[in-house]
Amino acid sequence: MLGKLTLSAIPYDVPILVGTFIGAAIAGLAVVGLITYYGKWGYLWREWLTSVDHKRIGVMYIVVALVALFRGFADAIMMRSQLALAYAGNPGYLPPHHYDQIFSAHGTIMIFFMAMAFMQGLMNIVVPLQIGARDVAFPFVNTLSFWMTTISFLLVNVSLFIGEFSQCGWLAYPPLSEQQFSPGVGVDYYIWAVQLSGVGTLLTGVNFFATIVKMRAPGMTYMRMPVFTWTIFCTTVLIMVAFPILTVAMGLLGLDRYLGMHFFTNDGGGNQMLYLSVIWGWGHPEVYILVLPAFGAFSEITQTFSRKPLFGYKTMVYATASIMVLSLVVWVHHFFTMGAGPNVNAFFGIMTMVIAVPTGVKIFNWLFTMYKGRIEFHATMYWVIGFMITFSIGGMTGVMLAIPASDFVLHNSLFVIAHFHNVIIGGVYFGYVAAMNFWFPKAFGFKLNEAWGKRAFWCWFIGFYVAFMPLYVLGFEGMTRRMNHYDNPEWHPWLLIAEVGAVLIACGIVCQLTQLYVSIRDRNLAENRDLTGDPWNARTLEWSTSSPPPFYNFAILPEVHELDAFAHDKEAGIDTRQAGGNYQPIHMPKNTACGFLIGAFSFVLGFGAIWYIWWLAAVGLIGVIATVIARSSDNDVDYYVPVSEVVRIEQEHTHNLMAAQAAE
Amino acid sequence: MAQNMTADAAHAHDEHHESPVVFGFWLYLMTDCIIFGTLFAVFAVLRDQFAGGPTGHEVFELSGVGIETAILLFSSITYGFGMIAAHENKVSTMRTWLGVTFLLGLGFLFMEIREFSHMIAEGNGPDRSAFLSAFFTLVGTHGLHVTCGLLWMAVLLFQTAGKTELNERMIGKLTCLSLFWHFLDIVWICVFTFVYLMSVI
Repeated sequence: MLGKLTLSAIPYDVPILVGTFIGAAIAGLAVVGLITYYGKWGYLWREWLTSVDHKRIGVMYIVVALVALFRGFADAIMMRSQLALAYAGNPGYLPPHHYDQIFSAHGTIMIFFMAMAFMQGLMNIVVPLQIGARDVAFPFVNTLSFWMTTISFLLVNVSLFIGEFSQCGWLAYPPLSEQQFSPGVGVDYYIWAVQLSGVGTLLTGVNFFATIVKMRAPGMTYMRMPVFTWTIFCTTVLIMVAFPILTVAMGLLGLDRYLGMHFFTNDGGGNQMLYLSVIWGWGHPEVYILVLPAFGAFSEITQTFSRKPLFGYKTMVYATASIMVLSLVVWVHHFFTMGAGPNVNAFFGIMTMVIAVPTGVKIFNWLFTMYKGRIEFHATMYWVIGFMITFSIGGMTGVMLAIPASDFVLHNSLFVIAHFHNVIIGGVYFGYVAAMNFWFPKAFGFKLNEAWGKRAFWCWFIGFYVAFMPLYVLGFEGMTRRMNHYDNPEWHPWLLIAEVGAVLIACGIVCQLTQLYVSIRDRNLAENRDLTGDPWNARTLEWSTSSPPPFYNFAILPEVHELDAFAHDKEAGIDTRQAGGNYQPIHMPKNTACGFLIGAFSFVLGFGAIWYIWWLAAVGLIGVIATVIARSSDNDVDYYVPVSEVVRIEQEHTHNLMAAQAAE
Repeated sequence: MAQNMTADAAHAHDEHHESPVVFGFWLYLMTDCIIFGTLFAVFAVLRDQFAGGPTGHEVFELSGVGIETAILLFSSITYGFGMIAAHENKVSTMRTWLGVTFLLGLGFLFMEIREFSHMIAEGNGPDRSAFLSAFFTLVGTHGLHVTCGLLWMAVLLFQTAGKTELNERMIGKLTCLSLFWHFLDIVWICVFTFVYLMSVI
């Protein structure tokens, strides 16, 4: 009846997990209690959980990403503490089977649920506004994508308290991840979480590609698109190319485990190297899926706070597109040691080094944008400058790893860990935080506190170097990754320094939380409110509407005459909003619970399949199909906003604008 | 119905953008194409890994597969007739052709399941060797797509029951399914060539 699920699957004998459970339960009850106390359930359901408004979906994505950040970071600092302790006979406080779950969960969560969710949140909030559209191409698919990501993250967290998580690293290499060596449910949790969230991401890719191709404002040709939109455009292409490969990889591993097939097993003709090739065929484009949007955000921020148009817009676009193409032909550099032969390794090594060229072009473009600009050292700019330094170092160690001969020495050592944290924290994370600081007033109508933003930056920046530079040294000293304990006295001091770095990063996260708290507390102060919708004197269309924008974004779709349409209009004295113009009824999609329901049923399907509770899995699957059919039969999916409503909202914003001008 | 029509009429004059549904579905199909492409690559890698089990030459029966192929190709033609009728707004003709397509699809699926169950009964299931794992997964994934297509077709037949006119949204759905159905045909031609023919030659 309950498949593999028995009472012994609940880890009540592990104090860390019991403590975590109590903490999570208290926090959960507090949130539920507060919502109930203020009577906000109806509001939450109608205005957020069932919303098809891309801005709200974007905000919810970022909330999920921040929760994932806390979970992923808790795993990180536990690992660093274990390695600071587990030295010379001391086993530390995490036994290997627990430690292995922690590093597997850390990687999985940080990539799939922190970075991917954050990136999709940003593109949701920004892209439709930036191209002058009222919504995305498929609003219902958008809410479905969000819920698939969210329930997958929930599935990973359920594994904390029911059963176990994978112990096979964040990519679950076979044969270790096969039934023979991992008979528990951990790998199944991993497979289902990755598979279901992959569906959501793939749909996001299709949705935003279609949005950018079909829904740009009149006059916005491809070479008038803002750079952030260009990077998202390339990212969606990579999503559409790479995520189906991930689906196949997870599918085949699942078939091996569930139906005893022989794709990657030791016996029966299986081939583990096939798995590596397939998973990295997704995995390498994935890192560019993450970092290209960060590049786009840096471009927008740099030009805004340097008070200059971006240097080399066209080269920026071509560089982005080149990276998009090159990222598809480098995946073998993740396993040079496989022994594919010198010719194959040389090809992939050279292609990997070639990627440094367009990336270098971008770095110079940002530098030349700042050159002779009137740079405002806003908190957001701190992250940009921190990024340029850190990412350059990470890129250079990447080129070192791209040389097959040196990769043979460094493969699977902590040098690799240091390298990819160098580019992912220094490139992706710094970029997303900068973007969050930059676009926060657009989403909420008030600015984030700058002093706390700068403190967060310094903690993260210094903390990063203290935490990860020792890992380069340790890599050279021969320490391999995923090690639970060790007895080499030369490693110990470096691991202690790395622990200090992790604590500094923890301070950075606390500063970010404080920044959010202080900003929300002081949101009504005059200097924090954004009445004009353009707090930074920025250049692109999203700043031409109010903050937060009305749910229909633009009462009259803007006309684009040039690159940086809003900056052009401001200089030429054109009112981009065309306030008081000829308003028409606006066609908008209705909110729907179907995305939420399909997500919930997918969760049931996944949970049932993980525990071999087949009737429950069947309920989930039938629920998914039934909801899709019901949605397809529903003809009541859209409505028109009457002109009177549009006029009321627009006049209110015009009034705010005039008040703000008078105050100046 | 009347409400739908007013809504459609309103769309026509107000929207700047044509409906992106068919374009979006194209994009989805291309991602699906990559799934099949990857599965073909996996099959190519594992096609000689018999692990002491049977080779393709020993387990495949080309005559049955030939009939399957004919049925599926013919179902593409009948769907095409259905679409012609749909564009002429002849709802009942369209439904008849869709019904014929549905039956052909069902026949294809029936033959495939029969082939699979024969192989499994003889001990040549997907757990026998890497070659058979790759075979069952590639062909089974195609079969799963056909199953989804049939379910979709049934839903559209149900939704158009008793209608005398097809609105724009319904034409869009029929067009998407049409793309899907022809796409599965193309994939099947590759399966027939690279999996069956090349294993038997």
